[in-house]
Amino acid sequence: MYPQVIHQTDKPILNVQNLSVRYNGRVALEDINFHLHVGERVAVVGPNGAGKSTLFKVVAGVLQPNQGLVTISGSNPLVHQCIAYIPQRSQVDWAFPVNVADVVMMGRNAKLGLFKLPSKKDWDFVNHVLETVQLENLSKRQINQLSGGQQQRMFIARALAQEAELMLMDEPLTGLDTPAQESLLDLLDTLKGQNVTVMVATHDLEQASRHFDRIMLLNHKIITFDEPSSVMKTENLLQAYGARLRTTNGNDNLLTLDDSCCGDENEHDHH
Amino acid sequence: MTIIDWLSSPLQYEFMLRGMLAAIMVGIVCAVIGTFVVLRGMAFFGDALAHTILPGIALGYLISGNAREILFWWALGTAIVASLGIGAISKQAQVKEDTAIGIIFAGMFALGIALISTVRSYAVDLSHFLFGDVLGVSTQSLWLISIFGGIVLLIVIAFYKEFTTISFDPVLALTLRLPVNLLNNLLLTLIAVTVAVSLQTVGVALMVAMLVTPAATASMLTHRLSTMMILAAIIAAFSGVVGLYLSYYFSIASGSAIVLTATFLFLLGFLYKRVKSI
Repeated sequence: MYPQVIHQTDKPILNVQNLSVRYNGRVALEDINFHLHVGERVAVVGPNGAGKSTLFKVVAGVLQPNQGLVTISGSNPLVHQCIAYIPQRSQVDWAFPVNVADVVMMGRNAKLGLFKLPSKKDWDFVNHVLETVQLENLSKRQINQLSGGQQQRMFIARALAQEAELMLMDEPLTGLDTPAQESLLDLLDTLKGQNVTVMVATHDLEQASRHFDRIMLLNHKIITFDEPSSVMKTENLLQAYGARLRTTNGNDNLLTLDDSCCGDENEHDHH
Repeated sequence: MTIIDWLSSPLQYEFMLRGMLAAIMVGIVCAVIGTFVVLRGMAFFGDALAHTILPGIALGYLISGNAREILFWWALGTAIVASLGIGAISKQAQVKEDTAIGIIFAGMFALGIALISTVRSYAVDLSHFLFGDVLGVSTQSLWLISIFGGIVLLIVIAFYKEFTTISFDPVLALTLRLPVNLLNNLLLTLIAVTVAVSLQTVGVALMVAMLVTPAATASMLTHRLSTMMILAAIIAAFSGVVGLYLSYYFSIASGSAIVLTATFLFLLGFLYKRVKSI
């Protein structure tokens, strides 16, 4: 019931070739090609409906592409349990009767196997990852009593409990205030040492350019995928955001972005 | 008349004892599986499923007569087929899920009534199917209830963490490579077995109350799933016992007395929650 697989360490953790996804004839992703190396931290930036959630779901093996190939360390995503998909907060039933530790323990289901209850060792592991995300004092709290930032950190703890090697975070910064955003980004920085590869969907280019190794500009196709300094060019951004981006012609080459966000991508509700 | 007399006098009748046992067992099984029904927002599905088995029971009634032990197997078979059938149809994109369920539910229910109405003295039997006849439970039926109810409980315990995970976050379940479809169908089958087991106690029309009311009451009293299940089971068993006493002393139809007790407890829980939050 729970597959196990050995990683080929010479292969990229994630390799995507000629990937295309269509929903009811509508193109969500077209001809996507890229690969990630172990430990990389990548921001996926693009307007609402650009296909960010779709890309993550295909990479996680939750959604099957119409065309193309996705491999995780050289093999099909469906044989891997090391991919964590962290949902948008709006997609979660926060009234569900579980506390923080319960949710984090769900990440260990695969390691536990069938018909087994968590042992003391598993609870110790859960407490350990809760310490990593600084939620150890809230482990018994019901999940709807958490702040937005704490909710995101809980899901990171769950991904750590899952022993995830590839973490896909769907709009984790949306709806958080600036201090909460910064503390979440700091937490991602501290995970760097654990060889976890991170892909984060976000709207905030400026933040992305400060915290991530590479930025993927996505709008159904990959417009550019490079280091922040190369991505932050007007022509790239115009291509990604089109009319929603206004350039103010000045010496500082200032850009303003009118992307009425807030993580309401309904593209994945069509399954 | 002392309180002890009041409590013990109905129990001198064996049919009351059997009815009590049936109501308690059915209450526990319904409440446990009903916890998932409530958390997954499947109340309408549960109601529809209960009504959908009527043509199956009717067919059994026409073919093999009014023996409840035989009708149980007809109910069980129809419930499983209907449960997986509704599950599959509601995944199609042509009509919205609740519309599809509504159409099947009403159509099948009408077919059931049509079939039963071909028998001349159908009114009494139809009302037993619709509203239950817990005081008519035989020893053999009690065995069927305890065996199949026990199987449902054992499977829920065995797959507790998997059912919890697919209910809370199906995408997580998929990335853990759990067989989500298989588990969903297993859960639908368990709901079907529960409906068949409960048929004689509350009937098809009131079944949904047994599935959702105790679980909903429990959900207002706790924030832990395991506690919610246990509380729901206690509330449901208690409703069964109290309902039967009310039925005995006030000559109320037993199924409705049980459901009314459960509904009253829900209102108490609701008020408690409101007062607590002020």
